[in-house]
Amino acid sequence: MLPIISALKHHKTTVVLVALEIALTCAIVTNALFLIRDRLAFMHMTTGVADNELVWVDTRSLDLGQEDGKDSRVGIVAADLAALRGLPGVESVAMANALPLGSSYSSTAVYRRSGDKSSAFDNVVEYLGSPGMVRTLGIALSEGRDFQPREYADYRMFGHDQSPPTALIVTRSFAQQMWPGEDPLGKPVYLDEHGDHVAHVVGVAGHLLNPAINKYQGIDRGMILPVRQVTDNSMYVLRVRPDARANVARAIPGALQRVDPARTIEAHVYTDTIAKYFQGDRAMVWLLLVVIACLLALTALGVVGLSSFWVQQRTRTIGIRRAIGATRHDILRYFLAENFLIVSLGVVVGSVGAVGLNLWLMNHYELHRMPLPWLPVGALVLWLLGQLAVLGPALRAAAVPPVVATRSL
Amino acid sequence: MFGYYLDLALRSLKRNKVLTALMVLAIGLGIGASMTMLTVLHVMTADPIPGRSARLFYPQIDPQPLKDYKEGEEPPDQWTWADAMNLLQDGKGVRQAAMSGGQVTVIPPGGVAHAFNAHARYTTADFFAMFDLAFADGDAWNSGDGDKRARVAVITRKLADKLYGTPHATGQTLRLGKYDFRVVGVIEDWHPVPHFYDLNMGGYADPEQVYLPLETATDLKLPTVGSMSCWGDFPQDGDMTKASGCTWMQYWVELDTPAQVAAYRQYLVHYSEDQKQLGRFERAPNTRLRDVMQWLDYNHVVPGSVQLQTLLALGFLLVCLVNTVALLLVKFLRRGGELSVRRAMGASRRSVFAQLLVESALVGLAGGAIGLLLSLFGLWVVRQQPTQYAALAHLDAAMLGATFVLAVCATLLAAMFPAWRACRLVPARLLKTQ
Repeated sequence: MLPIISALKHHKTTVVLVALEIALTCAIVTNALFLIRDRLAFMHMTTGVADNELVWVDTRSLDLGQEDGKDSRVGIVAADLAALRGLPGVESVAMANALPLGSSYSSTAVYRRSGDKSSAFDNVVEYLGSPGMVRTLGIALSEGRDFQPREYADYRMFGHDQSPPTALIVTRSFAQQMWPGEDPLGKPVYLDEHGDHVAHVVGVAGHLLNPAINKYQGIDRGMILPVRQVTDNSMYVLRVRPDARANVARAIPGALQRVDPARTIEAHVYTDTIAKYFQGDRAMVWLLLVVIACLLALTALGVVGLSSFWVQQRTRTIGIRRAIGATRHDILRYFLAENFLIVSLGVVVGSVGAVGLNLWLMNHYELHRMPLPWLPVGALVLWLLGQLAVLGPALRAAAVPPVVATRSL
Repeated sequence: MFGYYLDLALRSLKRNKVLTALMVLAIGLGIGASMTMLTVLHVMTADPIPGRSARLFYPQIDPQPLKDYKEGEEPPDQWTWADAMNLLQDGKGVRQAAMSGGQVTVIPPGGVAHAFNAHARYTTADFFAMFDLAFADGDAWNSGDGDKRARVAVITRKLADKLYGTPHATGQTLRLGKYDFRVVGVIEDWHPVPHFYDLNMGGYADPEQVYLPLETATDLKLPTVGSMSCWGDFPQDGDMTKASGCTWMQYWVELDTPAQVAAYRQYLVHYSEDQKQLGRFERAPNTRLRDVMQWLDYNHVVPGSVQLQTLLALGFLLVCLVNTVALLLVKFLRRGGELSVRRAMGASRRSVFAQLLVESALVGLAGGAIGLLLSLFGLWVVRQQPTQYAALAHLDAAMLGATFVLAVCATLLAAMFPAWRACRLVPARLLKTQ
């Protein structure tokens, strides 16, 4: 080791520069890898519904000037549902106001005690579902039961003339935050803006992801209310045989147009909706991968360039070493060890830099703290890279014949 | 002298093609990545209404109940109908407008079969003058039209062309659902980026096609679009003008002098105090007044991920530069013999330094060219992304120039140290060993 160090002392500047490059690369790559892991974990969040079997329809009515009463709307919905059920491959159809990762949602406060606004439990995502919604979406209940037919109420979120339903299903997160350590089944929840309507928990959904993940509503703090018909932000949700999804989505506009042409109709395969939600994250992962690849390639090329220069510069010295008994193996090992030393120096500085960068990023963006055991990942990558990059020049050095020692003298 | 340096530089670069290519590529990669992200950031942080943005302000007041109040809390981002109307009545700004997003069904002259939904903006008369919209035909409605609930509309040139085949559509009838409106003006298409006046549509949304007087639209109960936040009673009949406990509108005011701004701040506090005295407000005055750029900043219009990506790209550029410093150092030191000969024959340190910098600048220019190609490619990739801002990611002349300036400056900066080191070599010692 010692001779390597004393040899490196002759090239202080270059060594420092290479170590600096490796340190920067190490700091960036470590954080980038951590970010990728973070994003991938986020993107693999489960929705709690039957992802691969859902198609949903967004219809917006066109206001063509005809006066249409409430009755005609009820009739249209019934006809729509029948038309959708008639499509081949469709197993069941229901209405909802939101879907996990569907982006659009409404949230509300519920109350622990009747009419007591200080008992508010804020920011609960409100899923409204028409008969069959729980089954259609494929929401698994970990406790309790699905809604019974008489529990579906005529209710819209902003309608004062109607009372909210008297039964609800809550998510496990909701239950754990509202009643820690207690059995949620049968517990009362007070609804509506004044908290004066009681509803009782009839079921608990093990997991049901929110339509959007943000700091207010968290990941899955939600409840499902049973309504006869969803009127605001309503959508049709279809449970479909996985292989029939594309065909069903194509057939929907025509089928609904025949019921009522005065509207825009958009059918979406649910997995596309999920993919769309994570679009930005996916792009970010790709970008990070490209940057990591470029950084590593660049650093490797830098190491190759520098080592080649050194090998060239030391050809005579290598010849002398070979002449006085060093094997090819010794020469090879010398260059590998030298590279290992320089990279180690860079990695040590880089690891400190990586932690600093992570802390700084945490302060400025919503990032998680990088666990310390994550540091060796970046270090390992760079050690491997350094050894691989130096291998070519080192082999060339090992191939220097001892006779070189005598030539230039 | 410069020509001679250039000649020397080209010879030297040609002599060691691999090393030169490596350096050019490294700088190109770094510049390409940084310019791609800087361009995206440049587009996203652009002033949406240059020249007027410092005079346009978004006021905020706090009509929420006392019970949820948290110390230091920001007031709501939007306005209740009652407060917006009160401020409009007082008219303390040079100009002011209350507004909301909306949706209308446009029934073209061709008939119901071609009907389509369009985004609309319900606003008050000053909107057009305040945001400096150019009219292709006709003019804005006046505040009297709003008071009379007149059925008048302003449409974009694009919509006028689509409906009537001409931008001169003043006087035409515009059928929206069951109501007929008279077109009074046609505006040139405008696309403020970001969509600053109503960020609920998404920071980079397309602007609306149809503009209607706010009073008319609410009178006809046309549907609104945007976000709504409620803490009190919601009116049974959906009449938003009675929703005293809901914020759903935007309010902008034009103030031309610092004195006016200060007076307006005072006015917002006084207004809040008055409303508290009247019993409408419960909280102590909690007001804000931000200009356009402050408003965008406050709303974090530029996504954090874009900033992060820009940082990443700049970090990448830094590594590229360190790499270049190391490679240039190797390259210059290797030429110690040649440089020593030049020194021994009378070249000053300064001229050797200049020669090496010319050589580096060439590398920088070549790197800039590669970087330009890479950033054009990078921006093309960004444009393929389906995000709202993606389509806007184009390189403008300023960024094009910036690419080369950045490339050359960065390379020259990187070359300073190696060139300085190479100048300090002692010619006698090097010549002796040759």
